Amino acid sequence: MTTISLEDLEARQIDPTKPLLEVDRLVMHYHIKAGDVSAVEDVSFTVHQGEAVGLVGESGCGKTSIALSLLRLLPSNAEYVSGEIRLNGEDLLWLSPEEMRQRRWKDIAMVFQGAMNSWNPVYRVGDQIRETLDTHYRGVMDYAEQRAHMEKLFTAVGLSPAMLDRYPHEFSGGMRQRAVIAMALACSPELIIADEPTTALDVIVQDQILKELKRIQAELGMSIIYISHDIAVIAEVTDSLGVMYAGKLVEYGPTATVFSRPRHPYAYLLLRSTPSITGPRRQLAPLEGEPPDLLHPPTGCRFHPRCPFATEKCVTNEPPLEEIGGGHRVACWHHDEVPALEGALQR
Amino acid sequence: MTAARSDMAAGAARNGQPLLEIKDLEMKFPISKGLFRAPTDFVHAVDGISFEIAPGESLGLVGESGCGKSTTGRMLVKLMEPTGGSIMFRDREYERDVATVKGSGIKDFRKRVQMIFQDPYESMNPRRTIFDTISEPLAVQKVGTVPERETRVLELLRLVGLTPPENFLFRYPHELSGGQRQRVAVARALVMNPSFVVADEPTSMLDVSIRISIMELMTKLARELGVSYLYITHDLAVARYMCDRIAVMYLGKIVEIGPTEEILARPQHPYTKALLSAVPVPDPSIKRLPVEIKGGISKAINPPPECRFIERCPFAAEVCETNPHPPLEPRGDRHYVACYRADDIEAWEAERTAAASIAAG
Repeated sequence: MTTISLEDLEARQIDPTKPLLEVDRLVMHYHIKAGDVSAVEDVSFTVHQGEAVGLVGESGCGKTSIALSLLRLLPSNAEYVSGEIRLNGEDLLWLSPEEMRQRRWKDIAMVFQGAMNSWNPVYRVGDQIRETLDTHYRGVMDYAEQRAHMEKLFTAVGLSPAMLDRYPHEFSGGMRQRAVIAMALACSPELIIADEPTTALDVIVQDQILKELKRIQAELGMSIIYISHDIAVIAEVTDSLGVMYAGKLVEYGPTATVFSRPRHPYAYLLLRSTPSITGPRRQLAPLEGEPPDLLHPPTGCRFHPRCPFATEKCVTNEPPLEEIGGGHRVACWHHDEVPALEGALQR
Repeated sequence: MTAARSDMAAGAARNGQPLLEIKDLEMKFPISKGLFRAPTDFVHAVDGISFEIAPGESLGLVGESGCGKSTTGRMLVKLMEPTGGSIMFRDREYERDVATVKGSGIKDFRKRVQMIFQDPYESMNPRRTIFDTISEPLAVQKVGTVPERETRVLELLRLVGLTPPENFLFRYPHELSGGQRQRVAVARALVMNPSFVVADEPTSMLDVSIRISIMELMTKLARELGVSYLYITHDLAVARYMCDRIAVMYLGKIVEIGPTEEILARPQHPYTKALLSAVPVPDPSIKRLPVEIKGGISKAINPPPECRFIERCPFAAEVCETNPHPPLEPRGDRHYVACYRADDIEAWEAERTAAASIAAG
């Protein structure tokens, strides 16, 4: 791989104890003909400066809805019911559409799912990045400065600056995703949201892109939210990890803790059902049943119909997301019993 | 029809002979230069590969997109006509080189082989019921009467865990979840009692929790029904759980083939090593040993005669440049590797491990 210098791009001074983004009791519903879909329900988490946070969960668990909420890019049938999304203390939900537009790309940028489809096929890639620069640096950068800036960006993500004059179809999948990352970096945002950034890519390319993102994030002092269905991808690149199920955040904590001591039965079973190529070939634990219909979410704990520990209390009372030490938060009435599952599964 | 299952498990094993014996299989796609000009350039999608699949065995075909793994799968069920090589298929009273089979012979062959596709949302006709979908092979092959077909479909729905089966019979694909649809696809593949099924990334579109149940279902059915699989996947972790042996493909060639755990524990081809070291591990405490390879996958248009991996290989030497693509040579128990430098790499690796252990203490 080519060695890349990030010296030309400005690094940000970070204070890892300072919160950058605070999502506070966010509730978001989609209105459809059949009723209200409770897509994000009472989700709270904080992203500190320079921190990499991962959100994992299966399709329909609300992880992409959260990403789109943060950027206020939700479809028109979505409604923020309650809660706050504060970026540097300012509630994004109260901004006017124009004020929000000024923050997109500049403060929060997004690397979308499916690099193949994030580019307009009839414009040169460089011209598409220039559009972002035009919006946010109008009158600040002239044409030549824009060009120079974009060349730096391309070099930073490992692409040849000459590729700026090419069309998207001339890029391979991995190159397109690198270009998407370059675009996300264009206005040096404080926060990047990467929604399944490597899902459509081959493993070797995926590995390269993840390493690149991690390096850029560390060197430029950015925060990043990784969203993925693949827990293995997230394990290596994040500091904190949140596990989502049916619109709820069910477990949150330092990545290493959540991996070594998952305390929510869903998080535990999800980890145990992920095949790995290392270690002994252990028995995979299947998760019985299917995710619930969010038009009519289950009462109490949303996981209770599939949970091996479910009791009467879980059916009637919703467990709060409680701290169990070391920044590890779990929403389960029976989180003490989860370690016992290990023994039960091995028998 | 119901009795066929047990005798199939027994009958498939024909005096220790492989079910499938593939020799020098080749698929070259011409690149059109115009209406009246003969093509001079070819994409060598599959370039002379040979392997065997034993009755009841599950062989994993892994590699990156564009390596030719899906093309291989499609040729084995005759969805594509190979441009060269032979596919010897031996099953019950059937023994033929199916590479050359044409016309009604294909229909006869398809009683014995089936395919499961990747996307359960696209592989089913949305306007046909589950019964229509699963029983179609029976109708095409003119097996049984309609009530008999219904009995068979109910039996299969139960077998793939869609219970109670009566509730599913006359539903449409859009009423089912992704996992349920993939179960229907498995049922459809098994309705003719095939002895060989090509599964092309059958779980890659599914969520983790559902993926495991489909993997378990396929493994269970393989054991009970004696079905052999060619399991095409890009995911080595999935292959580890599904396959007895793994073949690694790179640009139309098999570069390494061997028993699953052997390949994962002792990969010998530099490409396999790189592939394995790039797989993310769902455990942040494990630090992976990187094997870095250069660039991206090369083009398969009129490839040069030397080793296909030469451009990206960190171990490439003179021997690789002056010789044609290396043949698969045995290295260990049922383990074959196509690399001239396998010995040197092994020595280098032993040295590196020794150096690391000295450094560690």
